[in-house]
Amino acid sequence: MIKIIVLIVGLAIIGFIGWWFFGKHTTEEVAADVQDQQQEIDIEVNGGYSPETVVLKQGVPAILNFTRKDASSCLDRVVFSDFGINQELPRNQKEAITIDTTTPGEYQWACGMDMFHGKLIIK
Amino acid sequence: MSISQRFWISLILSLPMVANMILMPFGWLLPGGAWTQLVLTTLIMLISARPFWESAWASFKKHHSNMDTLVAIGTVTAYVYSIYAMITSQDVFFESAAFVTTFVLLGQVFEERMRNNASNAVEKLANLQAKDAEVLRDGQFTKIPLSEVVVGDMIRVKPGQKIPVDGIITEGTSSVDESMVTGESMPVEKKMDDAVIGATINGNGTFTFKANKIGEDTMLSQIVELVKKAQNSHAPIQNLTDKVSDIFVPIVLILAILTFLIWYVFLDASVANALIFAVSVVVIACPCALGLATPTALMVGTGRGAKMGILIKDGTVLEAVNDIQTVVFDKTGTITVGKPQVTDIVGDTKQVLSIAASLEENSEHPLAAAILDRAKTDQAQTQPTTGFKAIEGKGVEAQINDQRGVVGNDKLAQDLVFGDALKQQMVTLQNQAKTVVLVGLDQTVIGLIAIQDVPKDTSREAIADLKARGLKTVMLTGDNQRVAQAVAEEVGIDDVIADVLPGDKADHIADLQKTGKVAFVGDGINDAPALTTADVGIVMGSGTDIAIDSGGIVLVKNDLRDVDRALALSKKTFNRIKLNLFWAFVYNVLGIPVAAGVFYFIGLSLSPELAGLAMAFSSLSVVTSSVLLNKAKIKPKRNVQVD
Repeated sequence: MIKIIVLIVGLAIIGFIGWWFFGKHTTEEVAADVQDQQQEIDIEVNGGYSPETVVLKQGVPAILNFTRKDASSCLDRVVFSDFGINQELPRNQKEAITIDTTTPGEYQWACGMDMFHGKLIIK
Repeated sequence: MSISQRFWISLILSLPMVANMILMPFGWLLPGGAWTQLVLTTLIMLISARPFWESAWASFKKHHSNMDTLVAIGTVTAYVYSIYAMITSQDVFFESAAFVTTFVLLGQVFEERMRNNASNAVEKLANLQAKDAEVLRDGQFTKIPLSEVVVGDMIRVKPGQKIPVDGIITEGTSSVDESMVTGESMPVEKKMDDAVIGATINGNGTFTFKANKIGEDTMLSQIVELVKKAQNSHAPIQNLTDKVSDIFVPIVLILAILTFLIWYVFLDASVANALIFAVSVVVIACPCALGLATPTALMVGTGRGAKMGILIKDGTVLEAVNDIQTVVFDKTGTITVGKPQVTDIVGDTKQVLSIAASLEENSEHPLAAAILDRAKTDQAQTQPTTGFKAIEGKGVEAQINDQRGVVGNDKLAQDLVFGDALKQQMVTLQNQAKTVVLVGLDQTVIGLIAIQDVPKDTSREAIADLKARGLKTVMLTGDNQRVAQAVAEEVGIDDVIADVLPGDKADHIADLQKTGKVAFVGDGINDAPALTTADVGIVMGSGTDIAIDSGGIVLVKNDLRDVDRALALSKKTFNRIKLNLFWAFVYNVLGIPVAAGVFYFIGLSLSPELAGLAMAFSSLSVVTSSVLLNKAKIKPKRNVQVD
């Protein structure tokens, strides 16, 4: 009897994992504030990036402020492979990254191990 | 708290449990038994392992999972079960939670160090920059910080000093060690009007130069920028791991639950044993090794290239090099020196050269430059001339010492007395694809000067290296067939495509691409379309401009042998990426079943501690393998010796 309960609970957890990690979940998309010919946005790094998708205006110099709250060494660098940026993120310290917004498009950024991803949309 | 602090705390607190484990068979037991273990492990969990939970929880809330998710779940499961077991007085396994934490942290400490090691090539390059410069201000040389130097400044460099910025020498001579920027190991002689590169080291002389590039425009800054981009670029092969990494951790969690269910429900194992198998599965899986396999190798490979004067644009180029079957060369300036030179002088060398040089002194013909160069190196005396005039389509004439001197092409022969022996030699020289200049005095041809754009000293060796690699070599040139053929034979090139108009080069590349991938080697400025069309464009460096836009690989020094080295380095790096990925996959594919107890019945199983150790060293071994690329031998295939 107890084994059947354990089996059902186990399968239920598997189902939950599948739904939680693979199901469709909306991610927040945030546009940067534009002020005095400059746009700026704060990104918190804690178990991933929030916001995960950042929208920038083309042609306006942009600064992304990353602050890493997470202790994981997984997230201790942020890499923008299209821009040649590989910035170390010391914990609890705001790191400003300047992005060249001349070419519109969608760009990925990732952590140093390519496990966590974020998206940059320039339009 | 830093990773290494967390590691040391967890190591020290684990040691009593290690002693307990080793000495138990000899009858020694840890004082306090399970209670002592509980206290020690609780401390480890609270101090060393807590960041794992925090990170795991933070990503969980975002529907993400990572390495830390696995470590957190593995250790917490072992810890919580042990407390339950203690209450119900069964066997505990606190030490699993403690040891796994220690091992994982140990792996991370090493890995962090290695990763920094892999990425420090750029830092090293950037640090080459000089700090100050001796600049002429108000008639005096004064030392000022580098940031205050402006274009046009006159800068003095003393022996042993670093050249602060790029520029052209205006006074003085010296030899300069350019190895740190170009990879050229021999010092380079510099005189007036020669270009110098910032961050290189002056040898024995003192000279003054005029700054023409500062700040971000200097060659060093351009290289640093390029290497940075290359090191962080994405290789197409990574698309696979990108996909895997997204689903890896949840899949492992599901596998772990299945492991538990199968052992407990279907195979009648005890809760403790089933749990140990499940924890081992969670702990051994290592997505980090997969994620680190490509970027670390790319970083080390491109960084190493920069040190050798070989700049690789990105991971895509690195991957494309692997399938290259044909290497196409531009002739002028790539295989040849790009500057016509006097190769033979027939007749009374001194007299012929002296007359030719005297007449050509006023000429702007490119061949004249070759003759004057030779006259200068041979120290031939020039004599004053009068009545200089051009003979339309044939050459020039003037009076020297009351005699009529002429210099010109073979059409002059009709007007002059031309001995049979000389005529014979002219034909021989022409058959060698040389341009022959006739020198005449008083209606008689007194000698011949043969001029040719000679191949570089290293071209022959470079082509042989590529052929040894099994590559087909082709020369593409606008020159006529005879000249092209002669040069091709001299350096050993397989095929020649001559009489090509500059605009048609790209079409010929496209033709060659029908039979396989093509690399094109050219000079970047004139060959841009061909470089872009080719699968891999290789730009030969010229001066201080790094024209990467059209090429995938830039060779900083003008040495054709670097083509082979660039190919060798790219292949080595790409192979290392493949090797890393292979091991990372194999490790996970083999490790997980073993941990799950699939081979339990043949006596092969893993405790969670061993699984933790294996996990720590899998990512460490991937990074180590990448760093070892720095030590890999890059040498021509031709010289490979079997031992």
